[in-house]
Amino acid sequence: MHKLLQDNAGETLMLLGNEAIARGAVEAGLAFAATYPGTPSSEISANFFQMAKQSDLYFEYSTNEKVALEVTAAAANSGVRSMCIMKHVGMNVAADAMMTLAYVGVKAGLVILCADDPYMFSSQNEQDNRYYGKLSGLPILEPSSVDEVRQIMPYAFELSETLQEPVIVRTTTRINHSTGPVLLGEIIPPKTKGNFVKDPFHLVTVPAVSRNLHVRLLKRLDQAEVLSCESKYNFIHGKGPWGIVVNGVSYNYVADAVRDLGIEDQTRIFRVGFSHPMPGEKLKAFLQGCEKVLVVEEGEPYMEETIRALAQEAGLILPIGGKAPQLFSRLFEYDPAMVREKIAAWFDVALEPAVPLDLSDVPEIPQRPPNLCAGCSHRATFYAVNKATEGMATVKPNDIGCYTLGFMPPLSAGDFLICMGSSVGTGCGFSQVLDDKVISYIGDSTFFHSGIPGLINAVFNNHDMTLVILDNHTTAMTGHQPHPGVDMSNLGQEGYGRVSIESLVKGIGVPHVSVIRPYNVKKSVAALKEAIAFEGVSVVIAQQDCVLQARSLKKETGRPFRVDPQKCANHRNCINDLACPAFYMENDRVCIDASICTGCSVCAQVCPENAIVPVKEKK
Amino acid sequence: MDVTRLIIVAVGGQGNLLASRVLGEAARRSQVPVRMSEIHGMAQRGGVVESALVFGDAQSPIISDGEADILVGFEPAESLRALKKCNADTTVIINTAALQPFTAAIGKGVYPDLDDIQRLIASKCARLISLDAAALARKAGNVLSVNMVLLGALSATNLIPLNEQSLKDAIGAVTRQAFAETNLKAFELGRKAATA
Ligand code: SF4
Ligand code: SF4
Repeated sequence: MHKLLQDNAGETLMLLGNEAIARGAVEAGLAFAATYPGTPSSEISANFFQMAKQSDLYFEYSTNEKVALEVTAAAANSGVRSMCIMKHVGMNVAADAMMTLAYVGVKAGLVILCADDPYMFSSQNEQDNRYYGKLSGLPILEPSSVDEVRQIMPYAFELSETLQEPVIVRTTTRINHSTGPVLLGEIIPPKTKGNFVKDPFHLVTVPAVSRNLHVRLLKRLDQAEVLSCESKYNFIHGKGPWGIVVNGVSYNYVADAVRDLGIEDQTRIFRVGFSHPMPGEKLKAFLQGCEKVLVVEEGEPYMEETIRALAQEAGLILPIGGKAPQLFSRLFEYDPAMVREKIAAWFDVALEPAVPLDLSDVPEIPQRPPNLCAGCSHRATFYAVNKATEGMATVKPNDIGCYTLGFMPPLSAGDFLICMGSSVGTGCGFSQVLDDKVISYIGDSTFFHSGIPGLINAVFNNHDMTLVILDNHTTAMTGHQPHPGVDMSNLGQEGYGRVSIESLVKGIGVPHVSVIRPYNVKKSVAALKEAIAFEGVSVVIAQQDCVLQARSLKKETGRPFRVDPQKCANHRNCINDLACPAFYMENDRVCIDASICTGCSVCAQVCPENAIVPVKEKK
Repeated sequence: MDVTRLIIVAVGGQGNLLASRVLGEAARRSQVPVRMSEIHGMAQRGGVVESALVFGDAQSPIISDGEADILVGFEPAESLRALKKCNADTTVIINTAALQPFTAAIGKGVYPDLDDIQRLIASKCARLISLDAAALARKAGNVLSVNMVLLGALSATNLIPLNEQSLKDAIGAVTRQAFAETNLKAFELGRKAATA
């Protein structure tokens, strides 16, 4: 049985934050979950996907976060405890549904798990999603540790049912991707069958209904603020004239710093774990007892703004520090040493910082950026497009996925990128105002997520652009989750439909559609040339399994290749234009690392001397 | 309980996360408080994977620059790059088997000389233990056991609050059964190499 489904309350397991979240939800009797994969939240859903096969849990990978929220909203309004999982930028997509769902509310608990990514380890921005709580009027819970996130999940479902509103559980990468001992709790058996009671005057948001619902939402917010003040997740410890208000992972850095600096007797800490609505009255009382306050929060001054306003309301005049040039930044992640240093500076405490090593004599170390895998078909497609457009002025908008990594030289496959699906929409815009040929790249999963509306736009407005759909039959970047184009029987799964990208694109009315196998370089270049020469919208679908997934599914990949030193003329086209990471230099000659090479044979087709041959080739 | 901070750096695919899991499991079994965090994300595709393990009475799961007590580097140049996490009291264990980054292959940067790497680390930190973990893994019967060799070396330093037996038990519990024997052999070889 899946380790998170075992009925072993009281035991302690080492769990990844994302596993602890999944376990906490299961303990709460979760019956229905949906997501679109996004790091740092991906492992939550990966666990649900596996668990769904062994339990009554319903789980789906939806086409995007808005759809995921819509399906869970329906389930929760039928009385089934539900959960919707996304990364921070996913909430932008879900926001349209979320804003009005806040008016409608829920019947059974609905938790929206949102994973923020300060420092952008794997994201295009570091937006602070606590403002979504303010914007929508939904409560936010923010745990500080892996163990606490397990605990907070059942509380979140109960809170959701008390308020009859979805509850946002906001984590950051350092919770999702930390591991620690987690004490397991009892599992409540899930209630999987729902019952929908028709009530159009509360559930159909025409203006006359919504006017009443907005009034109700504000009442619930008042109720939520009372609960926030009472919540055990908004706690105070220590006493003394110095106050620190802190949320999330920073709480750990503050707790360690206060101990390290020996100021436990002077300091009181307010840990905010229920952060929307902020616990106003409780904070005012806290501020009354402080001479000086420091707010420690990654991201935006969300708590700081509230605390300043509360101090004003309470008529308190005291120094409140937070974001400032000499204090905390709105940029990036915090770390223990930095938090300790800022606390020492603000409260004027002596600090003995660790003496950093003098590293001035360390030579420059070559960078090791992430790279498309050896044998990745995206590299072959990018190469083929580069060949097909030699000497042509082009603009190449790219999108979100492994293939984004192709933006670096020598492939240089990517000139513009803002969000999921943006390559198609921005491609339309570029093609309208530029003379350059526009070639947009998008992955298969991303195409389903939000590429389709852009393509419809391109067809309707007859933009002159080529869209290359990089179809590797999976969502590779986040860990190989399925999407509507995947043949689920390949993954040993039954009961799924399948949407053909080719039929879909034709159905939209794209006038020029071709399918290529990127490992066949010559044919691919020819098909691309034709598509690019076409005036109007053309779509090229490049189909080839993700090699990493093919390997893990034990599908046959090719025999490795080697460079025949007799034939190699050392002009290095392979390394300079294709740049497969299986290449390396030895004595100034190109070689192939047979343990990395997947035998895709693309380099062999690129080499004009036919010097790249399969290993153990018969003489 | 005193706090011990351990950083592990490796290249994606070298088994760093599995090594961390073994340490975490051993800590759980020994009731040693532990917090761990990892950085991967986009770096999975051949980039650097770093994990931090904090043993003892601290709450932070990450380690600031200059604050690691031990650095275990699965790759020499990456160990050098991670040196900013260390201080003059840090013990460093490195695998001397180099993995050239692709940038070096295409002429963007030069891979530093192996002797220089060792000399630099030894001159700045309290102690350097270097071993060819790849060769020892091969000797144990599985090239992929580099991580277990390095765990063995780490165990031999007695710097982490986990005894040899608890680590062996954790290897048995966490790694795949089919490899248990070679993994334990690799662990032994690493231990011996570090004590020699
Ligand atoms: S995981 Fe798959 S799609 Fe991503 S870079 Fe590797 S081979 Fe390409
Ligand atoms: S055949 Fe060539 S391009 Fe393909 S993986 Fe091997 S070295 Fe790389």
